[in-house]
Order: sequence, then structure tokens, then C-alpha cells
Amino acid sequence: MLLVGAGAAVTGSGYKIGSLAKMGPGFMPVMLGIVLAFLGILIAGTALGSPKTNDTTFLPDHPQWFGWLCILGGPILFIILGQYGGMIPAVFVCVFVCAIGDKTATYKSSAMLAAGVTLFGVLLFHYLLSIPFPLLRGVNL
Amino acid sequence: MISTAVTDLWYGFGVALEPHNLMYCFLGVLVGNLVGVLPGMGPVATISILLPLTFGMQPVPAILMLSGVYYGAQYGGAICSILLNLPCHPPHAVTCLDGFPLTKQGKGGTALGITIIAAFIGASFGITEMIFLAPFLVKMALEFGPAEVSTLMLVGLLAGSTLAKGSPLKGIAMTVLGLLVGFVGSDIETGQPRFTFGITELYDGVEIIALALGLFGIAEFINSINNTDTVDMKYARVGISDMFPSKADLKLAFWPMIRGTLLGSLCALIPGTGPTIASFVSYATEKKISKTPERFGHGAIEGVACPEASTHSSVQGDFIPTMSLGIPGDTVMALLLGALIIHGIVPGPQLISEHADIFWGLIASFWIGNILLVILNVPMIGLWVKLLSIPYRYLYPSAIFFVCIGVYAANNDMFQVGETLAIGVAGYVLLRLDFHPAPILLGFVLGPRFEENFRRSLLISRGDLMTFIEHPISAFFLMICVLLIAAQIYVWLRKPKVLAGEEPTGPESPTTRYSELAG
Repeated sequence: MLLVGAGAAVTGSGYKIGSLAKMGPGFMPVMLGIVLAFLGILIAGTALGSPKTNDTTFLPDHPQWFGWLCILGGPILFIILGQYGGMIPAVFVCVFVCAIGDKTATYKSSAMLAAGVTLFGVLLFHYLLSIPFPLLRGVNL
Repeated sequence: MISTAVTDLWYGFGVALEPHNLMYCFLGVLVGNLVGVLPGMGPVATISILLPLTFGMQPVPAILMLSGVYYGAQYGGAICSILLNLPCHPPHAVTCLDGFPLTKQGKGGTALGITIIAAFIGASFGITEMIFLAPFLVKMALEFGPAEVSTLMLVGLLAGSTLAKGSPLKGIAMTVLGLLVGFVGSDIETGQPRFTFGITELYDGVEIIALALGLFGIAEFINSINNTDTVDMKYARVGISDMFPSKADLKLAFWPMIRGTLLGSLCALIPGTGPTIASFVSYATEKKISKTPERFGHGAIEGVACPEASTHSSVQGDFIPTMSLGIPGDTVMALLLGALIIHGIVPGPQLISEHADIFWGLIASFWIGNILLVILNVPMIGLWVKLLSIPYRYLYPSAIFFVCIGVYAANNDMFQVGETLAIGVAGYVLLRLDFHPAPILLGFVLGPRFEENFRRSLLISRGDLMTFIEHPISAFFLMICVLLIAAQIYVWLRKPKVLAGEEPTGPESPTTRYSELAG
């Protein structure tokens, strides 16, 4: 019965977006907002109307909280470290954190992978493609 | 007409054979083949990762490379599904049905050999189709005014969202969502910011790379972490000598290949039906007309040849509406269209005349790329098979790194990395709720242009909606839309009966990872 929730969410966002914009530039968004809201109602309606109650829960059977945390944490750390630390720490930490999210990974293998990817990334992006991203901020390499 | 096509094609080969273009084409098919073989990486994610890297390149090599990834991945995907019974890419899910039994019988090499032949025949036909059909379509499309263009886009959007996998209703909802996301940023006519929620970085709109990598990169990694099957390598030992099929096998596979090719090229012309549907349809057809249908599913060589041929012919044919009309048929095409736009090329009927080098160079590169792929696959099959054993836990962290740095490098802006993450989480939530994210991208790419044409046509007609019906071509397109919706409602109303009657007989298709359903 989660689909109802989905329908409601879609409906809600549809209305909010629709009424937010002004006419003129907002004409299309308003129209589409209404269409989306209508579709949301339809989806919710079909979900309610079907006799089969699907007992699928929102979370998968084995929620991988740690894995998800790692996958999201990696890029977040990439942003922070990239902003203040430079490319090398950002890439290393990002890959390392992502890698330990896997059940079978060990700290050692993750670190090795992270080191390898960092080396490769620096070679490819810094030296070959020369994107403007300092390897280490404050240190001139 | 044929003579002009030949001269244009000749010119195209000239473009495609320029050393740096050739190099990027080779790079594209190589990377494509690689990600095709690797379980857990799809062409959609790969193309979006590569997209930022092409910013510094000329448009021609960039497009050649990105397209190469797409069709290269189809070659690689066949290896994975035949040897490991893992349908890494949805078009190849059908190939597993007969390919893996063949591998178990020790005929995996033959199956791969047949696959490569079928692929080459299918692709060649698809390319030929493109050569002759695209200019014809363009001639027609040049007559189109804004009213026709906007209704045509409506057809594309509707078809793309309803014919794809999953509930059509949800598909349409996702397309509308994509359209709305496409509106983020400054309004094209008045410059008024819309849906930016006061965030300055959003004034330029949502970056297509952030959207694609969020939906098909981050969301997929979240979905498949600790969730991948261990790869069973025990049958995956193939050498070159096993690859050459016997005469009897070739004879058996010949007509199925031709039929598959024709079906595939037909499917390519209908927007929204990409290679996946083509291969399923052709397998079902082949099984139906076969004299020995009981052999299917237990290692029939026809069951490999036919879907593979149709996959490849429809992969090449997919480019026809994208390149000639500017209407992408599926996610990969939407991305390529996005790539064109990033490189400052306006997609649409004028593309062939204004950017002949891209169009004909692309066609010529298809042929060169396919030949390269055959060369890559036959002698190096052992290497590809070895690659299959790279575990996912090494793959996804590296891929996330590419996602991060790719998004950052696009604009040198950390904000976009965060944007990608947010979209990824949203994409995962949608996925869990059974919404397929592929139509979002379709809507996103077409959204701004749809609005522009819609508003322009209303401006011309002074706000009279009848303009869409008074123009015969746009009325025709509108009729198709109505038919599409009517057909969906009809199917929906009949569904209880259909499900009860046909469910048990439907082929037991192996489960595919969601993002691949898109491609």
C-alpha cells in the first residue's frame, strides 16, 4: 500500500510546484503540475482499487544501512575534502569509504583499491586531462 | 537518391577515418565492450561518466566515442549472458535462455561465434536502414513548423513512457516529472528563474550529467551493494578455436538471423521500443515459427542468433529518429542528444544538412566500429572472459570516483556533486516505489524544447489551441497520441483476463538490474 503514499507524494509536489510559478513563464509548469497531480491520483486510485494487497515493504529484504551510508558518505567526503583538501585526499577517502561498504571488503583491500584508483585518477585527470583541481591545496605539486 | 547517399557515405568515411576520430571511435567501442562484459556496469552509466570528459573535445569524435560505447556494450553483453547466464544488459536477457544451455553443453564458443556473426549482420542492416531512411525523414521533417514539432515530441514522450517496462501510468508520471525538472532554471523567454528555490546554482538548470549519474549511477550502486550474485565461472572457458561455428550451425542460424534483423529494424522505427523489446519479440516469433519449438530453452542455436541480430539492428536503427528528428527513443539516445546539445549542436531535422560531418561520420563510424568490435572480440575472447571475474566490490568504488570527478570536472563546481547525490537518493526512492527512472531523462532532455515549440506555436496562432488540429501533420501526431493512450486503457481494462491466461506460458526471464531496463 506504499503506492498510495507515492501517489500522495507525487500529488503534493505536483500542486506545490504548480501553484508556485507565475503565469507566463509559469504556464507550462502549472499545466504539467496539474497533469502530474492527476496522474498521482490515478496511480493512487489503481493501487487502492486493485484487490491484491501487495505486502512489499519500502525497504528491501536486507537493508544495507552500512553500505548505503558508505556510498553516500564517500561523495559527501569527496565534496568536503575536495573543497578544502584537494584532489588526492578527496579521491582516496571517497573510494576507501565506498569500498568498505561491501560486506566482503577488508580495510586493507579497500585501502589498496583506493590507492590504486587515486594514482590512476591523478594520472588521468590531473596530468592527461589537466582539469583545474589542485592535487593538494596549499601545496604546489 | 542512391548516388547521393553513396557520395555522402564516402564523405562520412573520410571523416570517420581521420586518425583522431578513428582513435576515439576505437576507444568508445573498447570501453563499451568492456562495460558490456562487466556485470553491474551499463552503457547508460558509462556514457554519462564519459560525457564530461568529452567537453574539451571536438563534437565529432565526442559523439563517435559515446555512440561506440552504446553499440560496443551490446557485443560485450552477449558474452556475459551466454557464458554466465547473467543478463547484464536487458536485450541479452533472452540470449541467456538458449545461450547458457549451449555453454553447458560445451558449445559456448559456437554460440559466441554465431552471436558475433548475427550482430554484424544485424548492425549492417540497421546502418543501411539509417543511410536511406534518415535523409528521407529529414526531407519530411523540414516542412514541420512549431506545432508539428511539439506534437511529434508529445508522441515521442508518450511512446517512450508507455511502451517501456513497468506500469505505463507511472511511466507517464515519470516523464512529466522529467519535464518539470527540465524547467528548472531561467525561463527561456523572460529569464525569470523557476523552481530554483532561491539556490543560485540552480539558475542554469539541472545539469544533465548530474541527473543521469544520479539516476543511473548513484541510485544503482545503492540498489546493488551487497546484492550482487557471485559469478559462477565454471563454464566460462573459451578459446578462439571454439568460436568458428560448423556449417550445420550456420545453416540453422541463417534465416533466424535475417528474420531477427528485419524485426529489429522495425522495432527501431517505433519510438520507445528499443533493443530490449526487439529481442524479446524476435525470440518469441522464432519459437513460434520453428518446427521444433521444444528445442528452445535447451540450447537452440536459433534462439541465440535471432535475438542477437535483432538487438543489434535495432541498436543501430535507434539512432534514426534521434539524429533525423531530434526525438530520442530511449535513455541512451536521450543522453546522446544531451551530448549534442552540450556541444552546441541543435538536434533536429537541420542536423544532417548543417552538421553533415557528424551525421555521415557517425554512420561510417558505425561500420568501422562494428568491424573493430568483431576484431576485438574474436581473438581476444579469452581476455574478455577473464574480465568477467572482476568482483563488484572493486568496481563500484572506482565507478563512484568517476561519477564524482566527472560531475565536478563538468563545471568545476562541487555543488553539482551534491546535486548528483540528492538525485541519486531520490532515484533510489522512486525505484523502490516501482517507478522506473528512465523516462525522467527522456522528459528532461525534451522538456525545454517541447515548451519552446509549444509556446511558439501558440504565439503564432494567437493562443488558439485549434492550431494543432488544423495542421494535418500535427493532427496526425495527436491522433497517434490518442491511439497510444486508448491502447493502454484497453490493455489495462483487459488485464485481469490476460494475466490469468498468459502468465504461466510467458518465458521465465532472468531478472535484470533496474537501470539496465532503461537501455
